[in-house]
Amino acid sequence: MLRYIIRRLLYAVPILLGVTLVTFLLFYAASSPEQMARRNLSAKNPSKAQISAWLVQHGYDKPLSQQFTRHMSELLLLRFGKSDATGEPIWARLRTGVGPSSLVAALVFFGSVIVSVTLALLVAYFRGTYLDAWGVFICVLLMSITYIVYIIGSQFVLGRLLKYLPMAGYEHGIGAVKFALLPMAVGIISSLGGDVRFYRTVVLEEMNQDYVRTARAKGVSEQAVLFRHVLKNALIPILTKTILSLPFIMMGSILLESFFGIPGLGTMTVDAINSQDFSVVRAMAFLGTILYILGSVLTDICYALVDPRVRLE
Amino acid sequence: MTGQVLQNLIPIAVVAALMVTIVQAGHQPLWAEAYRRLRRNRLALAAICVIALFGTIAVLDSIGWQNGRNEPRLTIIDRVFQKPAERTYSAPLAGVTAGEQRPHKLVVKHLLGTDAVGEDVLYLTLKGCRTAFLLGGLTSLIVTPLALLFGMTAGYFGRRLDDAIQYLYTVLDSVPSILLLIAMMLVLGRGIVQMCIALGVTSWVGLCRLSRGETLKHRDRGYVLAARALGASHSRILVRHILPNLMPIVIISVTLGISNLILSEAILSYLQLGVQPGVGSWGNMIDAARLELAREPIIWWNLASASSALFILVLAFNVLGDALRDAIDPRLRSS
Amino acid sequence: MAQPLLQVENLRTYLRTPNGTARAVDGVDFTISEGETLAIVGESGCGKSMTALSLLQLVPEPAGYIEDGRVLLGGIDLLDYTWEEMRQVRGRQIGMIFQEPMTSLNPTFTIGVQLIEAIRLHSKIDSKSARQQAEESLRLVEMGNPAQTMRQYPHELSGGMRQRVMIAMALVNRPSLLIADEPTTALDVTVQAQILTLIRSIQMETRMAVLLITHDLAVVSEVSDKTAVMYAGQIVESGPTRMILREPRHPYTRGLLASRPSLLRRGQDLTVVGGRVPEATSWPPACRFEPRCPYRWTMCARVAPRRIDSSGETTLRCHLLDPDIEDRPFAPMIENGEASQ
Repeated sequence: MLRYIIRRLLYAVPILLGVTLVTFLLFYAASSPEQMARRNLSAKNPSKAQISAWLVQHGYDKPLSQQFTRHMSELLLLRFGKSDATGEPIWARLRTGVGPSSLVAALVFFGSVIVSVTLALLVAYFRGTYLDAWGVFICVLLMSITYIVYIIGSQFVLGRLLKYLPMAGYEHGIGAVKFALLPMAVGIISSLGGDVRFYRTVVLEEMNQDYVRTARAKGVSEQAVLFRHVLKNALIPILTKTILSLPFIMMGSILLESFFGIPGLGTMTVDAINSQDFSVVRAMAFLGTILYILGSVLTDICYALVDPRVRLE
Repeated sequence: MTGQVLQNLIPIAVVAALMVTIVQAGHQPLWAEAYRRLRRNRLALAAICVIALFGTIAVLDSIGWQNGRNEPRLTIIDRVFQKPAERTYSAPLAGVTAGEQRPHKLVVKHLLGTDAVGEDVLYLTLKGCRTAFLLGGLTSLIVTPLALLFGMTAGYFGRRLDDAIQYLYTVLDSVPSILLLIAMMLVLGRGIVQMCIALGVTSWVGLCRLSRGETLKHRDRGYVLAARALGASHSRILVRHILPNLMPIVIISVTLGISNLILSEAILSYLQLGVQPGVGSWGNMIDAARLELAREPIIWWNLASASSALFILVLAFNVLGDALRDAIDPRLRSS
Repeated sequence: MAQPLLQVENLRTYLRTPNGTARAVDGVDFTISEGETLAIVGESGCGKSMTALSLLQLVPEPAGYIEDGRVLLGGIDLLDYTWEEMRQVRGRQIGMIFQEPMTSLNPTFTIGVQLIEAIRLHSKIDSKSARQQAEESLRLVEMGNPAQTMRQYPHELSGGMRQRVMIAMALVNRPSLLIADEPTTALDVTVQAQILTLIRSIQMETRMAVLLITHDLAVVSEVSDKTAVMYAGQIVESGPTRMILREPRHPYTRGLLASRPSLLRRGQDLTVVGGRVPEATSWPPACRFEPRCPYRWTMCARVAPRRIDSSGETTLRCHLLDPDIEDRPFAPMIENGEASQ
């Protein structure tokens, strides 16, 4: 198993190279270093000298290939350097941002898994009845509402009309939870439709398998068939989907964070893009990729743990 | 003059081509069975009607002409639905403006109210149809052939080519898609075509993976070996033998993809990366609504109208996608 | 004679399909006594598997339902039982094994876990005793190393071994009836023989009754005491196996037996029962075999044949052999076994 993990991580290196290259090229296409310098210098009309000084200071004056190799080596060593816009060390900003992001992401992840799987099992248990048909239809309805409307809607209904939860903002420490609840609710409900439908299909497919018939012939009750026999087999594809989506939840809550004013990694990224802060953007892209790769390795490992037929080669 | 005529002919040509393909497909035995099943599904028929309705509006919004040399080009929708602008907001079917110290009387009745600059909300909503269809349709048109090309090549030829293509789409997939989207829009600028390209780049990976998987499955099937034994070239096998077997899954995936694309437009508009403000899109309307909800009195009709239209169209595509899946392959049915 | 262990009377199991109601099992009667093996033979689609599932009320829902009939186990009608009561019967008084050992075992649980589950479902014993009982049952089915097998997963065993495990699981609670639905169809020929011998020997030891569902006449001849031939949801002929195989009377049975390739008739064309099994949603209104029967006459298309019970525990459904009907063509020829195939 260890050999497998090492091999997967080694394969990650060319991926990281590719990702860095893509972000590098993309960003340079979006704005030239001069523009960056102009934005980040406080003077209204910076002189040429000031611009060149800024460029040299941040290392943007060298030829492109040199810049790229420098970027790449720094990233691989996880030396993210300083933010172009604010001059802060990026690691420090990461440290402050990780807390809120992880809180929201963890809440969304666990909440979503528990709620979706339970609902899917319920709907599958009542398969063929009206509950099933209506459940599927409601899922399709939920899937058809755009994320933005969920956010706006929940902010409005829960925050303003009913005044249950604060609409936006954040507080460090225990108070953070009350600020995270609304984003968590939005995160869960917005993906509920698609998730429940997928899990339901998985569970139903398992229920049509032969071993379910054998279990019934042994005298196993319907509940035990569902919650013991079927669930264990259904976990395999379910786990794949949920663990693989973990990095996306962390990064994808970019929207959640900026809407709800949560000072996490997502807001950091959006601010960086808007202020053309390249060092932050490349750091975030790098991090996002690492998370994605970790996520997929984790998925494979869980696969091997849950499915006895799989042996990692 | 000829430019105008051409501009008006394009949407009609597109619709005609679509109809012809659908009718022709209906004659083939493989699809005839699916059509029969589809026709029995009343929900699917309703979805098709909705899509047709919205589509007609989009087409009508693409056909237009100028009154005079220096006049703006007005489409059919413009001519029928554009109302004179009011001063500012007004509620649906109200007689006076809303949110002002001294409400002013309105020039005409507005079925769904007016927005911040007094434009008729119904008119704005109708204009959004065209954007949505362009986004969904154009992007799919770009994405599908590309994804199929790469996916089938990777699956069929295998080895180095497969590794290369897999590397390519793994890299693209690893970059957080929101980042990629934002970055591309910054590079390309705002506009519908640019949005199509950006959305296309971030969404082709799914279909590529799917077609690669399916091609892998079919590559070793008996009929491919038989064709090869008969001396068929690779391209012939790919296009005439394997591709038709992929079509059902591709069609389902594309239909469901269209609904996702239309949903993404709203997100991009929130990030100020959508279409230019003047063009008319549901995303822009929803984006404006964020601040409107905080006003006294609450301005809700803008948001309600745009998000309802969005919801109905996306729902229709989702329902149609599901119905297609049921009709084409009952084995894939979930119950 | 003692009351038979299992008595099935007029069993009707139907399925709701988009094309109408499929009458999969349409009036089936049979009995099995202690220590006896009854084989139900027939082509695919004749309803034999559905019959077996109906006995345990495992008909696939919601499409399938038992319309009518009685299933008397030791005199009590099982069809009156609620789901909970049936649960007590399944795996305890009646055991069932299925066709595909490959997929019939849960791939994510070890053999031991699945066996122990079968045991503890029906008796309150501690896990240690349950484990011993499980290993004992593996020994019963002649598995080489029971302790090791308990720790293995289904995919680590061969097809024959898996089927043995299935048998162990079905028999671990000493049921009085074993239903075997095509137990050997998915296995190699040599393994087939082993499994059949195993079932037979267990049966000798425990006086268990066996209902064997199969389409393989060779299997029938080897292990069953009685045979029932099923066609289109009904039993068209039944009786002691030796008699059915040596002197088949129903035209369908004759066709089945005649279609076996024989070394004695080398160089001749294979005999075939022409036509196809009709759709279960639209059985022919009178005799169901009539469209394919080489001996059909006018009566056959007009009136459904009744069930004729005769001596030696045989039953028959055919006008041609009904002694109460006059003017039967072919009758003397058939009765004397002279009619050519």
